Amino acid sequence: MRYVGMMPLGDHAIMVKLGERPEEAFPSIVTLLAYLDDHPLPGQVEIVPGYTTVVIYYDPAEIEALLHSPGSYHTKSICPYDYVSEQLHNLIQTLDARDAPPAREVEIPVCYGGEYGPDLDDVARRNGLKSEEVIAIHCSAAYVVHMIGFAPGFPYLGGMDPRIATPRKAVPRTSVAAGSVGIAGEQTGVYPIETPGGWNVIGRTPLKLFRPERDPPSLLRPGDIVRFKPITEDVFARWEAGT
Amino acid sequence: MMITVHKPGLLTTVQDRGRTSYQRYGVVVGGAMDLFAYTCANILTGNDPSAAALEMTVIGPKLSFEQDALVAICGADMKPTIQGEPVPMWRPVYIKAGAMLEFQSASHGIRAYLAVSGGIHVEQRMGSRSTYLRAGIGGYEGRALAEGDQLTWGRSTSVSMAIRRSLLEWDGELQHADQDWSGGSYIAARWSISPWVLPRYEEHAQVRFLPGPHHGMFREESLTDLEHGTYQVGAQSDRMGYRLEGKRLMLRERQELYSEPVTAGSVQVPPDGRPIILMADRQTTGGYPVIAQIISVDLPLVAQIPPGGRLSFVRVDIREAQRLLLEERRLLAAISASVRMRVQHA
Repeated sequence: MRYVGMMPLGDHAIMVKLGERPEEAFPSIVTLLAYLDDHPLPGQVEIVPGYTTVVIYYDPAEIEALLHSPGSYHTKSICPYDYVSEQLHNLIQTLDARDAPPAREVEIPVCYGGEYGPDLDDVARRNGLKSEEVIAIHCSAAYVVHMIGFAPGFPYLGGMDPRIATPRKAVPRTSVAAGSVGIAGEQTGVYPIETPGGWNVIGRTPLKLFRPERDPPSLLRPGDIVRFKPITEDVFARWEAGT
Repeated sequence: MMITVHKPGLLTTVQDRGRTSYQRYGVVVGGAMDLFAYTCANILTGNDPSAAALEMTVIGPKLSFEQDALVAICGADMKPTIQGEPVPMWRPVYIKAGAMLEFQSASHGIRAYLAVSGGIHVEQRMGSRSTYLRAGIGGYEGRALAEGDQLTWGRSTSVSMAIRRSLLEWDGELQHADQDWSGGSYIAARWSISPWVLPRYEEHAQVRFLPGPHHGMFREESLTDLEHGTYQVGAQSDRMGYRLEGKRLMLRERQELYSEPVTAGSVQVPPDGRPIILMADRQTTGGYPVIAQIISVDLPLVAQIPPGGRLSFVRVDIREAQRLLLEERRLLAAISASVRMRVQHA
């Protein structure tokens, strides 16, 4: 595997850029994330993936202690950042993105249109499609979870068909319900919590994407593959009732 | 073991060192804004350095203690009193049962920390007791304290017990000698963290930064403006971020960026050119270019700047930033060791 560059993100994190574009960086990001979860670097605190980068948070004091421990072959003039970047430089060369762990597939049931998806018809009209066609296109793709951010449990999904791309609403809604499935430009996503937002809402899932009482607190993880499946209002209601 | 909130103050929340390991799920780190003052308060009460404490903002609360308690107050000066008697900061204080601890408006900074030996006891959520206000998670019912709330504290460590004993022994000696002392509702240690090592909270702070990941994408004059200009902290500044007013910072060319991880101290620049310093409750990722990254040891100074206050940026390199960070760790370790030495010899 190769990387584009490394840089400090402040004094206790390092950002490794693994590609110029998300699709290109994704396999390497998933591979590095999986490897570091299983084989943490000395001083590693946590790892956060982005669209084209991975950020590794570390404890400089732990690395400093290591550099000064008896028998350490490192010259004392290097700082903790130098040590971490050297470790990563060496590690990344030995990894192969083809060895990435198999992705987990998660199916997300969605009740499209109607009260749950007030913008479905608009998305169809703007793209010269029927509403059923928008649903069929939205459900046919396998989406990759590049990263979780913006709000707890919010997935940044890649892989939406450009035929249903729709610009953000000119006037954002003051409140979008948790579980709302939306389209903004060429992106699609699911709102994990109720929040204001400008996405075109085409449906809603009864699944909870953020569940702070569980570990992990997010239904989705970076690297997952997501598929949407249409459900009826009745199924939605039963799902919500927990039956 | 109960604290009752009589007046909540402007924004009083339970905070600890923050929530790590969940950023990849979009969960904000949060935690104390001024980690130095917060850590000192814990050290002075003999607590684990990541025990939960109260973070008080701009106007402090009024609290009563149902039992005797060992506390420490660090950070901004909120003119704390116990039963009306001024109480010194940056040192252990033994409060007697029934006493009322009251804070006023802050001067020299805007955030103060109250640690209680044993730590404020609330349920841990995702490994932390910090209050995550926007999601309503953690801390005391996921929100800021309100009038009538009742807090409890946890079990004291052996160091807390030793500090307590040393204060009580001193109190006994004084009473035996029939000396006049501070009124009887509290006992403050005769020693404190040396004022020499305490941060100076200024309304115009000099903060040091490292170039951020997108530093090179900015215009030459914007990079000069950042280093030589003065920026004012806007009114819409909170635990999530500080909005700055000053010379606009512009990219060489407009560019849409992919969202990438950001952290406390990241200085983001939205298209309007007005920088935002991300603070404790920032989002885990962001899509705006990051021009600079304020170094860890200077973030407490930022946390203490009031709205309307100013800051200037001074560039350092990663070696210097990490040298300063390690130096601060050593200082905290030395403070911790000297507290233990004092009370063991008492």
